[in-house]
Amino acid sequence: MIDKAWIPEGVQRCSIGRFLLWLAFVGIFLGWGLYGAYVILSQGLGTTGLDNYFGFGLWITFDLAVIALGAGAFFTGFLRYILRIDQLKNIINLTVIIGFLCYSGAMMVLVLDIGQPLRAWFGYWHPNVHSMLTEVIFCITCYCTVLIIEYVPLILENRVLNKNRFLHHLAHNFHVYMPLFAGIGTFLSFFHQGSLGGMYGVLFGRPYAFREGFFIWPWTFFLFIASAIASGPSFTLLVNKLMELMSGKRLVDDATKELMAKISGLLLAFYIFWKILDTWAWANGLLPKAGLTFDQMFYGLAYGKWLLWTELLFCGVIPAIMLVVPAIRKIHGLMYLAALLNCTGIVINRFVQTVQTSAHPVMPFDVWNVYIPNWAEWSTSLMIVAYGALLMSLSYRYLPIFPKEKELNS
Amino acid sequence: MEHKESKIRWGMVVDLDKCTGCGACMVACEAENNIAPTTDSSNKLRTLSWMLVYELTNGKAYPDHDVAYLPRPCMQCGKPSCMTVCPVTAIDKNEEGGIVSQIYPRCIGCRYCMAACPYHARYFNWYDPIWPEGMEKTLTPNVSVRPRGVAEKCTFCHHKYAEAKELARAEGRDPLHLEENDYIPACVAACPSGAMHFGDLNNPEHTVYKMAHEKYAFRLLERLGTDPQVYYYSKREWVRRQGDNYLKTEKTKGA
Repeated sequence: MIDKAWIPEGVQRCSIGRFLLWLAFVGIFLGWGLYGAYVILSQGLGTTGLDNYFGFGLWITFDLAVIALGAGAFFTGFLRYILRIDQLKNIINLTVIIGFLCYSGAMMVLVLDIGQPLRAWFGYWHPNVHSMLTEVIFCITCYCTVLIIEYVPLILENRVLNKNRFLHHLAHNFHVYMPLFAGIGTFLSFFHQGSLGGMYGVLFGRPYAFREGFFIWPWTFFLFIASAIASGPSFTLLVNKLMELMSGKRLVDDATKELMAKISGLLLAFYIFWKILDTWAWANGLLPKAGLTFDQMFYGLAYGKWLLWTELLFCGVIPAIMLVVPAIRKIHGLMYLAALLNCTGIVINRFVQTVQTSAHPVMPFDVWNVYIPNWAEWSTSLMIVAYGALLMSLSYRYLPIFPKEKELNS
Repeated sequence: MEHKESKIRWGMVVDLDKCTGCGACMVACEAENNIAPTTDSSNKLRTLSWMLVYELTNGKAYPDHDVAYLPRPCMQCGKPSCMTVCPVTAIDKNEEGGIVSQIYPRCIGCRYCMAACPYHARYFNWYDPIWPEGMEKTLTPNVSVRPRGVAEKCTFCHHKYAEAKELARAEGRDPLHLEENDYIPACVAACPSGAMHFGDLNNPEHTVYKMAHEKYAFRLLERLGTDPQVYYYSKREWVRRQGDNYLKTEKTKGA
């Protein structure tokens, strides 16, 4: 292999030809997405499937979903560096990379999603302190910076780069201060995960999303935090499994995987308990107060009740039980199934909170509208997935991400 | 959330029993406010209509069938759902008249205001505004043309308010005590059936004050607490019933 010197010592990687073939496949989606981005930026958002009813669509669902799924980074960092759960060192690098990919990807989509991308910095220059979105803008950009700071030492640990004396010491010093960044990241991430939930919870003109709450926060603020930290570790498990399947290697030991599943399950149980209470309070309190009934909140297949029941039961209660009960968790097939259901439930939640909220006709004489994303939105969303696959592939091939890989495959 | 109060509260009252749904208000609004003609108007969810006329029906078969037309400008809410959510302070509720304004050069086009407004009164510029050759001569000089990628809305033609105040000043009158007909938005001026009324909702001498206090007056989605400055009026119970989401057991306002 021509890149042997760059590959971490003692581990096996596929041939460069095979690797390039994979990158070419990823490149197809990157290219399509870049074309979509060019069309959108040059011709405006009229090229998307969004309209006056659905100012928020696939991109926002995608953003909120990846930000929730990327929460494994801050929460695992919190458990590893602040609460000192040492075993998580076997998976912490992976969570950091996933976090970075999710957040940087979300920011790329946001640049496309605003009508005036060149004014993106106005959030800092003319901030509205009453807007939850302002807090999101501040926290998401700051936290992305923290994730870059956490990712850089991993890159510097590449075999060739690490031979450079300066880079070696730089990486070492980054590691020394990592608990500090983990703490900052936890603080920032906690608030913006909450603010993302708060963004919809404060929409008092939209009874589907509106919630009353605690102090200045609607309780969706807390539900979003809880759901993100419940799904983040599950998503890390799924990415890890996908990498194991693609590489044919064992990358993380079973004990660590089961610990992540247990953490995810306990948090999901906590979240789903409050989510069910929230749904009950919404249906019996907030909706009648707005003159609406539970049945009026749903429409057809696109916005049907099946979404709610799937979210709460099939993707909430059931995976929570599966992940919490040790006997089920230890059967890895079921563990991954539960992790998949958990992540699916969170994606459904982010979809209904944004798109269904817009679709619901609040005025009595208004009608339901159904939103269908078009190619421009799909191509750019898939571009972010491809970008994630590209960076993850390069990171896996050239960086020592998994401390136990050598031992597990010897 | 803070509730913006102002000494003068410009408002509109629309008599739905008089409105014929002719759409003159929509046309006048588009012409007055420099809304560019849309190349393809078939997609009604992409067109810009600061003033939109909804058709309401009682849902009954002939001969009991009845319809009403409801013109919907921006409600200029006392508690605007759009204003507090805007991340860049591009929306403000003017303390001198209570008109919700939009600062176009500051808007980043995030469309959060559109998601927040239950009345669909906010619009996004999906395309570059283009006027057919020669038609640019019809532009209103003191209304800004909005670029692609920003959100926009009805302003109660507040440029006309500025003009009315200037005229009052020039004539030596107090610009903060305008007569009822000094300031009239384009839609109200164009209404051929006399269904639309405009004035200061806080001034007992104005028609809108009197109409808004009548028992058949109502506002859209009152229970959400947006406190609109647009009132509707109808003696028909089923029309008033469609003003808010009444539960089956609830009594209609004004009945």
